[in-house]
Amino acid sequence: MATTTMPPPRRARASNRFLRVVIDHLATVAAVGSTIVVMAPLIAIFGYLLFKGASSLNVAFFTQIPKPVGESGGGMANSIVGSGVLLAIASLMGVPIGIAGGIYIAEFGRNKRLANMVRFTADVLNGVPSIVMGIAIYTLLVAGKGYTALSGGVALGIMMIPTITRTTEEMLLMVPLNVREAALGLGVPNWRSVLSITLRTASPGVITGCMLAFARVAGETAPLLFTAFGNQYWSTSLTQPIAALPLQIFVYALSPYDEWHRLAWAGALVLIVLIVVSVALVRYVAGRGVLKGAS
Amino acid sequence: MGVAIEVSDLNAWYGTNHTLQNISLKIPANHATALIGPSGCGKSTFVRCLNRMHETNPIARVTGTVRVGPTDIYAQSSPVEIRRRIGMVFQRPNPFPTMSIYDNVASGLRLNGYRNRKVLDEVVERSLQQAALWDEVKEDLKKKSGASLSGGQQQRLCIARALAVDPEVMLMDEPASALDPVSTAKIEDLIFQLKSQYTIVIVTHNMQQAARVAENTGFFLNGKLVEFDATHKIFTNPTDKRTEDYITGRFG
Repeated sequence: MATTTMPPPRRARASNRFLRVVIDHLATVAAVGSTIVVMAPLIAIFGYLLFKGASSLNVAFFTQIPKPVGESGGGMANSIVGSGVLLAIASLMGVPIGIAGGIYIAEFGRNKRLANMVRFTADVLNGVPSIVMGIAIYTLLVAGKGYTALSGGVALGIMMIPTITRTTEEMLLMVPLNVREAALGLGVPNWRSVLSITLRTASPGVITGCMLAFARVAGETAPLLFTAFGNQYWSTSLTQPIAALPLQIFVYALSPYDEWHRLAWAGALVLIVLIVVSVALVRYVAGRGVLKGAS
Repeated sequence: MGVAIEVSDLNAWYGTNHTLQNISLKIPANHATALIGPSGCGKSTFVRCLNRMHETNPIARVTGTVRVGPTDIYAQSSPVEIRRRIGMVFQRPNPFPTMSIYDNVASGLRLNGYRNRKVLDEVVERSLQQAALWDEVKEDLKKKSGASLSGGQQQRLCIARALAVDPEVMLMDEPASALDPVSTAKIEDLIFQLKSQYTIVIVTHNMQQAARVAENTGFFLNGKLVEFDATHKIFTNPTDKRTEDYITGRFG
């Protein structure tokens, strides 16, 4: 038997205990304080938008298109619909490509050069300023052909891809090996196991990634300046310029008219509410299928 | 019905680590065979070679032949095909966390394209009955996630999931080592009943468990099969000195 020398039992002294209680309280205060600091900007912005914008909200805002300069009233109905069209194009493009890219990096391309290149490209793409994205798409799709809704949607879609790819990759890698082995052990082909087991297990995180990307591009203005351009009239055509909430807010906010300033505040309020509602809606729909006790 | 397994000159590597060296043995059909030995001796690698799970690790390599029934699984079969015939239960219960109890059991059939609902219902009930879990879960088959069950129930769920695809062989890699004694006893009862219909290979650290459930026992040490014989012979009158040292607790 090896003899080990045990340290003498330390006596719990009163001052020691006092110190622990103080540190415990300090840590709690620090954590609560940080929470408040994190939430404060959001609450402040939302509160200020409510204060400035809510009074200009009326039925006309949601049903009418902008009035010409000099006439009062009018609304942003065309911009709300236009933003919807642009985001639909962007999501149809960004979500499948983004998820497929993430699956490739995490599951099929492990330790392959192409996968490392895809990951690196995604990271660089993530860092490209949105105005540069706008100019790039302008050169590719707009110059000589005219501003279109489609080009705006493509610009936003490309901006969604890197976020979705990287979150999908990370969420897939978090699925434990023993879950994958369970599927392979049942004689399930690898591709089927990836789609039906690994991706499904990771789906809450993947959906969060898609929502983050969606919320980010929903407020983008710069890439739309050169692509969707904006439109004062009704249009849902993909081959014509289309209105978008951020563009309309931008134009109205820079204008010299007080009424337009108020409409811009109202537009900003509507934009942020629409983003929050759509994110919450997707979470609700995605969460309905979750079973009791599922982790 | 179960089939016999015949292994000859099996060698396996992880990278440069020669984890299994010249293993040859015959595992009889419709019996339980236990594999014992200290950690790292290669017994887990051995069972993973029997259904070609070993090669899912990119640095793994294997040589030699393994015959499951009439099939040489490395020469005449694909990994996917052979894993459908050989069920596997892992050390840690691993139900699919996003699936209900029902979907977990049905997953093997569904993921291979089976859709007939009536047949699936029957298979799920039969498999859960066989795994002695039916009475505990029949109320919330489709309501609860497989991950919401207790550890012992999860492991029986995994056994039911493996049974649902109607395998010929069941490989169990320390199926009870993460479970409490009551759950362990249930799993052992289960093995006892299943071995009339399936060939069972069970890796275990628990020598009493090997003695209770298995007709034959193999002792692995440092990547080699030291001794393979009837269980009572291994535990009462082993031929090799190293086996005797191990089962009497002198090392390992």
